[in-house]
Amino acid sequence: MSVLVILEERGGKWNRLSFEALAAGERIAGALGAPLQAAVIGAGIEKLANEAATYKIAKIFAVEHDLLARYTPDGHTAALEQLIKAQQPKVVVFPHTYQVRDFGPKLSTRFGKALISDVVDIKTAGGQVTFIRQLFQGKLNSDVRAAGEPEFVSIQAGAFRAAEPGGEAAPVEKVAAELEPSQIRTKPEEPFREAQRSVDLSAADIIVSVGRGIKEKENLPVVEQLASVLGAELAASRPICDNGWLPMERQVGSSGQTVSPKVYFAIGISGAIQHLVGMKGSKTIVAINKDENAPIFEAADYGVVGDLFEIVPAIVEEIRKAKA
Amino acid sequence: MKIIVSVKQVPARDSALRVNSAGKWLDESDITYEMNEPDAYALEEALQLKEKLGGEVVVLCAGPQRAGQTIREALAKGADRAIHVEMDEEGPLDALATARLLAKAVAPESPELILTGLQSDDLGYGQTGVILAELLGYAHATIVMEVEPQGSAVRVKRELEDGWFQNVVLPLPAVLTIQSGIKKLRYATLMGIKKAKTKEVKTLSAGQLAADTSSTTVMDRVYLPQRSKQTQILTGDAKQVAHQLVEKLKFEARVL
Ligand SMILES: Cc1cc2nc3c(=O)[nH]c(=O)nc-3n(C[C@H](O)[C@H](O)[C@H](O)COP(=O)(O)OP(=O)(O)OC[C@H]3O[C@@H](n4cnc5c(N)ncnc54)[C@H](O)[C@@H]3O)c2cc1C
Repeated sequence: MSVLVILEERGGKWNRLSFEALAAGERIAGALGAPLQAAVIGAGIEKLANEAATYKIAKIFAVEHDLLARYTPDGHTAALEQLIKAQQPKVVVFPHTYQVRDFGPKLSTRFGKALISDVVDIKTAGGQVTFIRQLFQGKLNSDVRAAGEPEFVSIQAGAFRAAEPGGEAAPVEKVAAELEPSQIRTKPEEPFREAQRSVDLSAADIIVSVGRGIKEKENLPVVEQLASVLGAELAASRPICDNGWLPMERQVGSSGQTVSPKVYFAIGISGAIQHLVGMKGSKTIVAINKDENAPIFEAADYGVVGDLFEIVPAIVEEIRKAKA
Repeated sequence: MKIIVSVKQVPARDSALRVNSAGKWLDESDITYEMNEPDAYALEEALQLKEKLGGEVVVLCAGPQRAGQTIREALAKGADRAIHVEMDEEGPLDALATARLLAKAVAPESPELILTGLQSDDLGYGQTGVILAELLGYAHATIVMEVEPQGSAVRVKRELEDGWFQNVVLPLPAVLTIQSGIKKLRYATLMGIKKAKTKEVKTLSAGQLAADTSSTTVMDRVYLPQRSKQTQILTGDAKQVAHQLVEKLKFEARVL
């Protein structure tokens, strides 16, 4: 009847979201009065398992097999299916990483369950856990419960402060996964990065970032002018780069660059989580959006609810005056 | 190559979202709908694969009657025929229930490839494609940015976090969930729109498919998120707002 948190590693390094999921697991275990356990899956993961044992958990499972050295959905699913069948946890908690997006739903389907994905908060009352997840890219929230066990949930990046190590080292239980090479259908190659970027947004003091609210490529000069009077770098949300209006290397977010300038202008950007993770470390965030309910305002220090085509030129004008 | 593209109809991006009186889903009365954006990219990739390799593109869509409009759009862009799994539940199914329906509809088609968007813009589960693969016993890859068929296999470029990528080879049949931006989207031509009217749309009711659509998750309540951060909203006309903002940039952020 435990709560089991699946920690993620790649090439001997933790995915830091693992410890945010562990913090969520702590909350759930506390509410249910259940022991908190963790698992790490791979090959040669003893060192990581020993490190995880220093967190506030009752036990860590080190699930090993040579075939788990490089992630595959078939390998990870089979290994975890075995562990879950043996341990029968009540709740299985994942970090909502790209890897979990890839195999989490496959694993939960093996147990006839849907994964409650991308959870941003947890409510507990009377031994019942309710998960809060976003709809419409953060414009609405929903309260979701699992019907039946095991429950499978994944925790969104940044929703919980990462757990801290503390207390006595927990026991490490080695588990040898049973796997055959023929079970693994996909052949993963070595991960790679594209050629060196010519734009390094992380060095900029001010970033003017533009989203789909700009509507057309022809309107880009509106924000380019602001960038120019501020001496700022121009950046964008993903759809702008998908459309080829600005080069990919100016994309901010989970699949683009992570930036933390002194001032970040989010102009016509709704504030989807994949964008927020790339810029929420900025010192000051200014959001300009015509929708007062846009999630970006939750991240912003200063907000302007209005039409960017009126607001931005007015700001350019004011800055020119201030500089004159 | 026979390709099935699974598409969903979702509320249009700029819709004003209002929660219905039961507090369980949207008030759908004044919403307009469109094809889920990542699914539009999945369709584009399928059409380009067909143009290169020949074969057939079959559109699969589970949704109420209004989804017929999205199906017509896909046919107008060049898909050959469609399967509409008609559902009229109040509110959405969970990803497992939806995938079970889709799997039943797909099975008799035996496609080589199933493409779908990596997630829907409304519920955002990001699971339907993966579950579909598991139910059908197909291999799968998610967050796909390039597709290169290689005989009885396919090599794909997957997006990982923080600007990393990975190529993966998987055997056919396979399910790929496609990331937005994989190719440039086409528009339907007038000719295409005309032709779409004559293309086959097979309608299957959820009942006919005899899939288990019981939910394993329960959505109790849908609501506007509570704002917790103290965002300073600047008010006034454009000039006044601009003036206040410049003061903040000068004296608080100190970048001017
Ligand atoms: C795996 C994955 C990875 C992703 N990676 C990234 C990433 O790295 N970076 C990223 O940005 N996204 C990423 N995304 C996409 C992300 O989920 C969102 O779809 C995207 O960020 C939305 O971009 P947007 O805010 O510009 O567009 P929209 O969400 O369409 O928002 C446009 C905004 O403009 C406002 N607006 C419209 N007109 C005006 C006007 N005249 N004046 C003022 N405001 C106006 C609207 O109110 C709206 O809020 C990823 C998605 C997935 C699934």
